Amino acid sequence: MVWILPVLAGLALAGSASGAEADVIKVDIAKMVYLPATVTVKVGDTIEWTNSDFLAHTATDRAKAFDLNLPPGKTARLVIGKAGTISYYCRYHPNMKGSIVAVAK
Amino acid sequence: MLTMKIAGVAAALLLTTGMANAQSTKPTDPQIAHIAYTAGSIDVKAGELALKKSKNKAVRAFAEDMVRDHKAVNVKALALVKKLGVTPQDNPTSQALTKAADTEYKSLAKLKGAAFNRAYIANEVAFHKTVNGALENTLIPSATNPELKALLETGLKVFQGHLAHAEHVESTEK
Ligand SMILES: [Cu+2]
Repeated sequence: MVWILPVLAGLALAGSASGAEADVIKVDIAKMVYLPATVTVKVGDTIEWTNSDFLAHTATDRAKAFDLNLPPGKTARLVIGKAGTISYYCRYHPNMKGSIVAVAK
Repeated sequence: MLTMKIAGVAAALLLTTGMANAQSTKPTDPQIAHIAYTAGSIDVKAGELALKKSKNKAVRAFAEDMVRDHKAVNVKALALVKKLGVTPQDNPTSQALTKAADTEYKSLAKLKGAAFNRAYIANEVAFHKTVNGALENTLIPSATNPELKALLETGLKVFQGHLAHAEHVESTEK
């Protein structure tokens, strides 16, 4: 499930000088999977992971650009800076895999 | 020697299957909770030993994962049995598991360096194979409470990851 929430006007995310609609795309982590496993976003959007499991997870970039810790019940965010495909996984449970397809605005 | 010890744990869990088949009585939820908790505690203890003894980076990272995940599953399991008003019930399978694990722990504790790393990881591979098999074939199908069943299913997913991780460490850290 993806919820795309409009970011409040005037709270434009850093770097988006135009203030064009940047969205927050939510990824849930439940029962050892990222939901949805693949998200398509625009440059400037924010991904927000929420760990609904009772286990600690991470969202870790294979290209090492980010490594977010996600303790149980916690949330972490990442602003997408450039176009391209990002593959990420959980460092603690490498069989958990996800990807982000970022397209230019 | 090692093989014998591993066989011990396997035998202990086969007992569960055997019990279920022979008497066509499944383990009860309180027994299942006890078995699952016991297996988790065994692996936490083994992981803590590895963190005390091993200097190998891959082995330590694996052991940290074991301690973190098995502790989390057991905390969740305790919270669940409390919520359900279930008292985990000791049983022959739990007892056999504990006995086999104690023997293994003692033999691991005597080893050092690469020999320790190899034996620890080999034990972890065997242990997770056995526990996962028991979960899949006996414990999950026998669990009647849906929340207990769901927790065991999540546990199985976690432990399948552990098995893959252990096998990876085993193949790379010769
Ligand atoms: Cu994880």
